[in-house]
Amino acid sequence: MTDLISTIVAKYNYWIYITLMMIGLYAMIAKNNLVKKIVGMNIFQTAIILFYVSIGVKKGATIPILEHGHGHDAQHVVHAMDYINPLPHVLMLTAIVVGVATLGVALALAIRIYNNYNTLEENEIMAQIRKK
Amino acid sequence: MNEQYPAFLVVIPLLSALIVSIVGWVNKRLCFPVAVAALSVAAWSSVGLLFRVMNEGVIVYKLGGWSPPMGIAYYIDYLNGLVLPVVSIAALINLISIKRIVDQQFPDKAGPFYTLYLLMVTGLLGIVVTGDAFNLYVLLEIAALTGYGLLAMGEERASLATLNYLYMGTIGACFYLLGVGYLYIVTGSLNMVDIARLLPALYQSKAVLAAFTICMVGVWLKMAFFPLHAWLPNAYTYANSAASSLIAPLVTKVMVYVMIRLILTIFTTEFVFTTLAVSDAVVWLAVIAIVMGAVLALAERNLKKMLSYIVVAEVGYMVGGVWLGNRDGMTGAILHIVNDAIMTLCVFMVVGNIVYKVRGYAFEDLKGLFRKMPFTMGALVTGAMSIIGVPPTCGFFSKWYLIVGAISAGHYGFMAALIFSSLVNVVLFFRVFEICYYEPFADHHGHNNHSGGMDEAPVSMVIPLLIVAVILIMVGIYTGDIVNYVIRFAIPEAMA
Repeated sequence: MTDLISTIVAKYNYWIYITLMMIGLYAMIAKNNLVKKIVGMNIFQTAIILFYVSIGVKKGATIPILEHGHGHDAQHVVHAMDYINPLPHVLMLTAIVVGVATLGVALALAIRIYNNYNTLEENEIMAQIRKK
Repeated sequence: MNEQYPAFLVVIPLLSALIVSIVGWVNKRLCFPVAVAALSVAAWSSVGLLFRVMNEGVIVYKLGGWSPPMGIAYYIDYLNGLVLPVVSIAALINLISIKRIVDQQFPDKAGPFYTLYLLMVTGLLGIVVTGDAFNLYVLLEIAALTGYGLLAMGEERASLATLNYLYMGTIGACFYLLGVGYLYIVTGSLNMVDIARLLPALYQSKAVLAAFTICMVGVWLKMAFFPLHAWLPNAYTYANSAASSLIAPLVTKVMVYVMIRLILTIFTTEFVFTTLAVSDAVVWLAVIAIVMGAVLALAERNLKKMLSYIVVAEVGYMVGGVWLGNRDGMTGAILHIVNDAIMTLCVFMVVGNIVYKVRGYAFEDLKGLFRKMPFTMGALVTGAMSIIGVPPTCGFFSKWYLIVGAISAGHYGFMAALIFSSLVNVVLFFRVFEICYYEPFADHHGHNNHSGGMDEAPVSMVIPLLIVAVILIMVGIYTGDIVNYVIRFAIPEAMA
C-alpha cells in the first residue's frame, strides 16, 4: 500500500495530467451538448500542455536566465542543474496557440450549427437530420 | 538558387496565402492567378528537389543556418523526395480545375477560400519536408485547421460532420504530441535523425514503447484507419467538391507518409518489426479495414460517399503493406501513396465536374451521363480501372507489389482481402457505369437536359481532369523506373 502511494506521489505530475486528459475525453464522448464537448476537447489539450510544462522542471532549479552572463566578469561555469529546462515551455507556447485556434474554429462551427438547427444538443440535431 | 528549394516549398505558399488574403480585399479576380503562381513555384521546387536527391543523395536543409539538433532542419531523402511532387502537383492541378466551382458556388468567398487552400498546401508540404518531430506537429495542425475551414464550406450537414472531424483530428494530433513528449523525455531531442541515433540503447524502455504506441494511434486517427475512420465519410461527402478533391487525395496519404517516416527514420525497422513483434496483429486490423471499407462502400447509393469509403479501404492497403515488414510490402505501400493520391484525385475531380453540371451526386442524378459528359466519364473509367487494379493503370502495380509482399510474408489473409476488395470495386464501379450508360436522362430537374446532346463541364475543368487520367496511365507504364530509381533507395538496406 505504501509502495502504491509512494509511486503515485513520486510521479504526481503524470497522474494529474492523465486524470485531466480522461476528464476531457469523457466529456467529448459522453456529453450531448456540443459546447460541452468543445470544452472537453480544450481540457484534453490543456492536459498535454501541463504534461510538457511539468517535464521541464528540476528540483531546486530556477528560471533559465543566466546571472552575470554579460560584462567583464562573464567568465564562469554554467551548471545546467541550476536552471529548469526551457525548451518544453517554449514548445508549449506554440501548442497553446494551436489550442486557441482549434477552439476558435470549433466554436465558429458550433455557431453555424446553431443557426442551421436552432439547438446545440446533438440528439435533437440528429433527430432533425433524420426527419429530412 | 536551387539550394533554397526546401524553403521555397513552405515559404512561397505561406507568403502567397497572406498576399491572396490582402489582394482579395482589392480585387477578387487577382486571387486565383497569385495562388496558381505560388503553387507552380512549389511544384517546380519539389520536382527539382527530387532530381537533386537522385543526384546527390539525402539533403539536410538548415533553416536560418542553425544546425540540428538545436535548429530545425528540413530533411529530404528518397521517400519524401517522391511524396513532395505528388502533393504539390496534385494541389496545383486541382486548383486550376476548381476555379469554376468556386465561381459558381461561393464567388464572394473566393479570397478566403484560396487563402485556406494555400495554407492547407503549406501544411501538407511542411509535414512531408520537415525533419523535426515537433515542427511536424505544428504543420499537422496547420493542415488540419485549414482543412476544417475548407470542409465546412459545404452543404448544411457539413458543419456538424466537420465538427466531428475536428474532435477526432484534435485527439489524433494531441496523441502524436504526447508521443513526441515521451520521446523528448527519454532522448532530449526533437530532431528525427538525432532521436534515431539515441534510441537504440533504449529499445527496451517502457517510455519508448509508450511513445511509439501513442504516436501510432494518433497517426491512425488522422489517416482514418478502420476502427478510427468514423469522421471521414461524412466530412468528405458533405463538403463542397472544390475542397474535397484537395483533401480526400492528399490528407490520408500524407498521414500514411508520416507513419512510414516514424517507422523507417525515427523508430527504425529493427525496433518496430523485431523488438515489438505486433506486425501480424496490425496487418489483421488492415485486413478488417479493407473488408469493412469495401462492404460499407457497397451499401451506399451515393457516388461521393461510396468513394469516401473506398478511401478508407485504401488506407487499409497502405497500413497493411507497411506492417508486412518486408521489402515488397513497403515498396507497394510507398508506391500506393503515389498511385492512390492520383487516382483519388481523378475520381473526386470527376465528382466535382458532375456536381458542377448536375448539382447532385446521388446515383439517381447520374443517369445518362456518358452521353452528356463523355470526357468526364472517360476519366472516371480510367480512375475506376486504376482503383480496381487493371493494367496498365498504376493501381495494378502497387497492388501487385502488395500481394507479392503478402505472399512472401506468408500473410494470406491480407492477400485475400486485397483480392476481395478489388472484386468489390469491380461491382461498385460497374454499377455506377451501368446507371450512367444505360439509364436515360433523369427528367426531374426539368430544364435544358431534354436535348440528349453533349453538355460537358467547362474546358478549364475537363483539361486538368484528362491530364490526371493520362498521368494515371503514365505512372503505371513507368512504375519500373519509379521503383528502381527512387523507392528502392527509400527503404533501408536492413529490410529484406
